[in-house]
Amino acid sequence: MSSYSVTHPSLRQKWFAGVIVVAYALITLMPLIWIVATGFKSPSDAIAYPPKVVFEPTLEGYVNLFTTRTRLSPEALAAAGPAQTWYDEIVRQYDMVISGPSRYGERFFNSVIIGFGSTFLSIFLGTLAAYGFSRFRVPLKDDLLFFILSTRMMPPVAVAIPIFLMFREVGLSDTHLGMILLYTAVNLSLSVWLLKGFIDEIPVEYEEAALIDGYTRFQAFYKVVLPQAATGIASTAIFCLIFAWNEYAFAVLLTSGTAQTAPPFIPTIIGVGKDWPAVAAGATLFLVPVMVFTVLLRKHLLRGITFGAVRK
Amino acid sequence: MAEVSLHGISRRFGTTLALDDVSMTVPDGSFVVLLGPTGAGKTTILRMVAGLDAPDAGEVLIGGKSMAGLTPAQRNVAMVFQQYSLYPHLNVRENLAFPLKSPMLRTPQAEIDRKVKEVAEILRISHKLDNKATALSGGEMQRVSIGRALVRNPAVYLMDEPLSSLDAKLRADLRVELKNIQANSGATLLYVTHDQIEAMTMATHVGVLDQGRLVQFGSPRQIYEDPVSVYAASRLGQPRINVLPADLFAGAPHGAASIGLRPEHIAQGEGEESFVSRVEHLGDQTRLHLTLRNHAIVTVTDAHTTLKRGDAVRIRPRNPLYFDATGARLI
Repeated sequence: MSSYSVTHPSLRQKWFAGVIVVAYALITLMPLIWIVATGFKSPSDAIAYPPKVVFEPTLEGYVNLFTTRTRLSPEALAAAGPAQTWYDEIVRQYDMVISGPSRYGERFFNSVIIGFGSTFLSIFLGTLAAYGFSRFRVPLKDDLLFFILSTRMMPPVAVAIPIFLMFREVGLSDTHLGMILLYTAVNLSLSVWLLKGFIDEIPVEYEEAALIDGYTRFQAFYKVVLPQAATGIASTAIFCLIFAWNEYAFAVLLTSGTAQTAPPFIPTIIGVGKDWPAVAAGATLFLVPVMVFTVLLRKHLLRGITFGAVRK
Repeated sequence: MAEVSLHGISRRFGTTLALDDVSMTVPDGSFVVLLGPTGAGKTTILRMVAGLDAPDAGEVLIGGKSMAGLTPAQRNVAMVFQQYSLYPHLNVRENLAFPLKSPMLRTPQAEIDRKVKEVAEILRISHKLDNKATALSGGEMQRVSIGRALVRNPAVYLMDEPLSSLDAKLRADLRVELKNIQANSGATLLYVTHDQIEAMTMATHVGVLDQGRLVQFGSPRQIYEDPVSVYAASRLGQPRINVLPADLFAGAPHGAASIGLRPEHIAQGEGEESFVSRVEHLGDQTRLHLTLRNHAIVTVTDAHTTLKRGDAVRIRPRNPLYFDATGARLI
């Protein structure tokens, strides 16, 4: 059989394509799989050489991630009585007791507030700005758009020192508000440009029809433009969230006691006794919100990427 | 319903003059059709009346009140766009109810339901009310678009080539329907088209636009029989008027550069000799394509004519229109 068809691939072609896709997926997923697996290893399995692919899973990493522990002398340990819970049991193997919760929970919560807060703000301001740029005659429009984009032409960390000094001066250091504003500032150029592209694609006739149907400009924007821009807003939101969620350099520099996010916190766990499983557990949990967010919006994301190429 | 008048409207887009000192009055309850090719300024006039665009000079009055500075919502006009601009995220029912739910009208729900039902029946889209607006055929979309204007009771309906995207049969049906609606309700309608059949069949008045200028305004019959220029004469009539050099036939007045002959204004049997180049049998009539000294002429003749290609026919003008070198009519 020598016939070749793009739309009806032969079984052999399908198999070939399938194998490539699976191989590629395995390669890209390997670090992720390794992190997730390490989270369920015991500390000795985690640093075993050669690396252990098959191991006995344990929740030790997760217990260590969420707790602080104290080592007790055998007498004190005996005085403390038998372990009360399954996680007590796990730490008793090492002659330790749980002395309290770790700070992972609050760091994680900080990440949620700062990540979603700055995403919301980037989208809110970005949509309004993009609408203005798309629909109104703005003086120096092209220059302004270029200026907005030019803020992304150097790595944001290049301005870390000035921002550090400014934040210290105005009291934004180590505050949620400061980090939300900073991430919004970085994301805004992306969101304005992406959203302007999406809004440009929405024919202006829809708003004109709404204006004539008795609505004000803002009502037309809210009732007609926004629902149609949902796809673009969703995909832009994912990009903004991923940046704010994973940002490390500014978080290390600008946050410490109160507003520290999870990325700078997770590596510090290692300091307490080479605890790789706890680090891996922290990283695994940290992936979940972005994954859930992306999966929820993935239909929009795909449509967002092909927007403009495929009309309705 | 109300009278709409334009006083000396001019509008420039960059270097092009889209509208040049246009003045006209759309009487209350009339059906005014604006005719002209693409770029003549028809749509711009609608947008001026709707308030989607503002004139550089001149003023629009609706019901005797100046509309300067008023938003489209405040003008109480309804408009049907050329591209069916149905709201794609709403279904048909929601699209039809959209203007009624506006903060300008705030119609009670029972009234909305009644109106939507009524309009859907007139336009025969009742069975599609719960469809997504994007899941309709072109004809259905356009009917919903017209329906969205009809649910309201505005000062004037503005329609921008509402039938242009429909197939021939539906277009003919809707033409009759629109005319009926307008005649029964006494609505004022300002209607843009370049389809001369729509203009002839529906209009009480026709405005002929040429590159932003209103060159003639009158009843369709007046413009057909008494055009002011070659341009106005060519807007109406199917087949189009034959425009020939004035000296082709004897009897042209002084200063005439061209003669305009409507197909039915050509008498056969005497006069100049021409040859049949093509015969088109349309059933109710037959069109003859003639060649007279290298000039193509179209005329209509008896449905059962036996003339065929190559036959000689003698023709002479009957009620000819004469135009000068600039195209203006010689009376």
